[in-house]
Amino acid sequence: MSRRLKWIYAGLVYAFLYLPLVVVAIFSFNDSKYSLAWHGFTLRWYEKLWHNSSLMSAALNSLLIAGCAATLATLMGTVAAFIMHQYRFPGRKLLFGSLFVMMMSPDIVIAISLLLLFLALHLPLGFPTLLVAHAVLCVPFVATTVYSRFHGFQRDILDAAKDLGADEYQVFRFIVIPLALPAVVGGWLLSFTLSLDDVIISFFTTGPDFEVLPLRIYSMVRLGIKPDVNALCVVMMGITIVALVLSRTLLKEKE
Amino acid sequence: MKNSSRFRQLLIGSTYTWMVVLALIPYLILFIASFLLPGDDQLVQSGLSFSNYQHLISPAVFSMARSSILLAGVAALLCLLVGYPFAYILAQSSAKVQPLMLLLVMIPFWTNSLIRTYALVMMLKANGVINQVLMALGLIEMPLQLMYTQTAVFIGLVYTLLPFMILPLYAALKAVDPRLVEAGRDLGANWLNTFFRITVPLTTPGIIAGCMLVFLPALGMFYVADVLGGARSMLLGNYIRDQFLIYRNIPMGAAASVTMTVAMGLMLLLYFFASKRLNREAMQ
Repeated sequence: MSRRLKWIYAGLVYAFLYLPLVVVAIFSFNDSKYSLAWHGFTLRWYEKLWHNSSLMSAALNSLLIAGCAATLATLMGTVAAFIMHQYRFPGRKLLFGSLFVMMMSPDIVIAISLLLLFLALHLPLGFPTLLVAHAVLCVPFVATTVYSRFHGFQRDILDAAKDLGADEYQVFRFIVIPLALPAVVGGWLLSFTLSLDDVIISFFTTGPDFEVLPLRIYSMVRLGIKPDVNALCVVMMGITIVALVLSRTLLKEKE
Repeated sequence: MKNSSRFRQLLIGSTYTWMVVLALIPYLILFIASFLLPGDDQLVQSGLSFSNYQHLISPAVFSMARSSILLAGVAALLCLLVGYPFAYILAQSSAKVQPLMLLLVMIPFWTNSLIRTYALVMMLKANGVINQVLMALGLIEMPLQLMYTQTAVFIGLVYTLLPFMILPLYAALKAVDPRLVEAGRDLGANWLNTFFRITVPLTTPGIIAGCMLVFLPALGMFYVADVLGGARSMLLGNYIRDQFLIYRNIPMGAAASVTMTVAMGLMLLLYFFASKRLNREAMQ
């Protein structure tokens, strides 16, 4: 392939991926409700969004659930990565395998199996069930991210600490966690975006009392859209990009 | 020392509990529910039967499943055809631009797919960007009916899932030892030959992983079919959702989900065999 052809091809693929997003961004600043033509720059859709309480509360719920689920998933995922790296115990390979299967499982299967669990336990759907479901989704991603970081550092350090009399908690707390911190924070940010990104699991595992943004947009898209949704999409994209760039910077340090 | 072993037990125990309660048991419930019959009170009746699975292969459901599989399969194939050259270019690009190029693939990957689907609506609708541009250019006089067609669902699936194909392909291509490709070329093979006889075979696990990450979600993304296809095009995901939320037929929805899980299992097996074979050949 010639050089120029390569760039044209890559450019076309990027155009396909980005053109719709750019269009939404332009609309969000366009001073016209329906027309595609440019009617001048405005921030009024953002102002409208700020005063649209149902949209704002759904957005805040989404951020809340993303933050909480990411924290829970980071805790469980880091522990899973630590024991898989540090200990030999029965079922270790099985744990590896099940984390991989969870990562590959289609969202709708995870969503439905958890919904059945919640129904069987007679749990009302809402914040707690959604939190658990999103954490389940994120744990495998945190575990693999942190595990690959553990792989990078030398066992000698841990052995040295043990020789010097550290017990396993101290090794975990004072050596493993500080060394793995960039990956742990990176895993948290990945989980955060993963949770914000989700539609299907939210659809099945939350109730009417706790509406999250994708579901709100889903019902709006079917009923007709107002331009403040454009503004909201731009804000959410911005949050995703910031979290993503941060997590990549943190995860890169190891190389 | 006693403290240590207690700490270890706590960590292993909590991980086990998490996996058993939130992964194993839900899957078991799903599996069992798929053999039950729907009851009057939205839950289930006892008594095992295969009737849900029999119903899945009844003509009406089966034709929906077949068209859904076809749609997802073609979407996966198209993502592969578009994504492979792109991932190849990405993997070959200079160290200076590569991080940025990769980041630009990851941003859509991590952006909420409903937001991206909605962005696609802005392009495709009757007074959307594509129609306006075509009309302004004088190529068409009336707006084209792009929304609420099978094609729109198809574009939506490819658009949403393309990054899921590119990223595993990129990872597989990065892992290919450039010396092997060089050796092939030194021995007189042309570009096409080295590409199809060295690069492609070495990236088979990546190809399978990418196809799996496109095909399986494409079966389930009911909101893409809803938003872009209207009521007409049905994915397996729409069927599963309707069984749960409209018909309150949990066992039927469970049976459809189990079928999807089996499909995933088969693809995972394929993936493992392919990577195992590759490792064995690398050893020799």
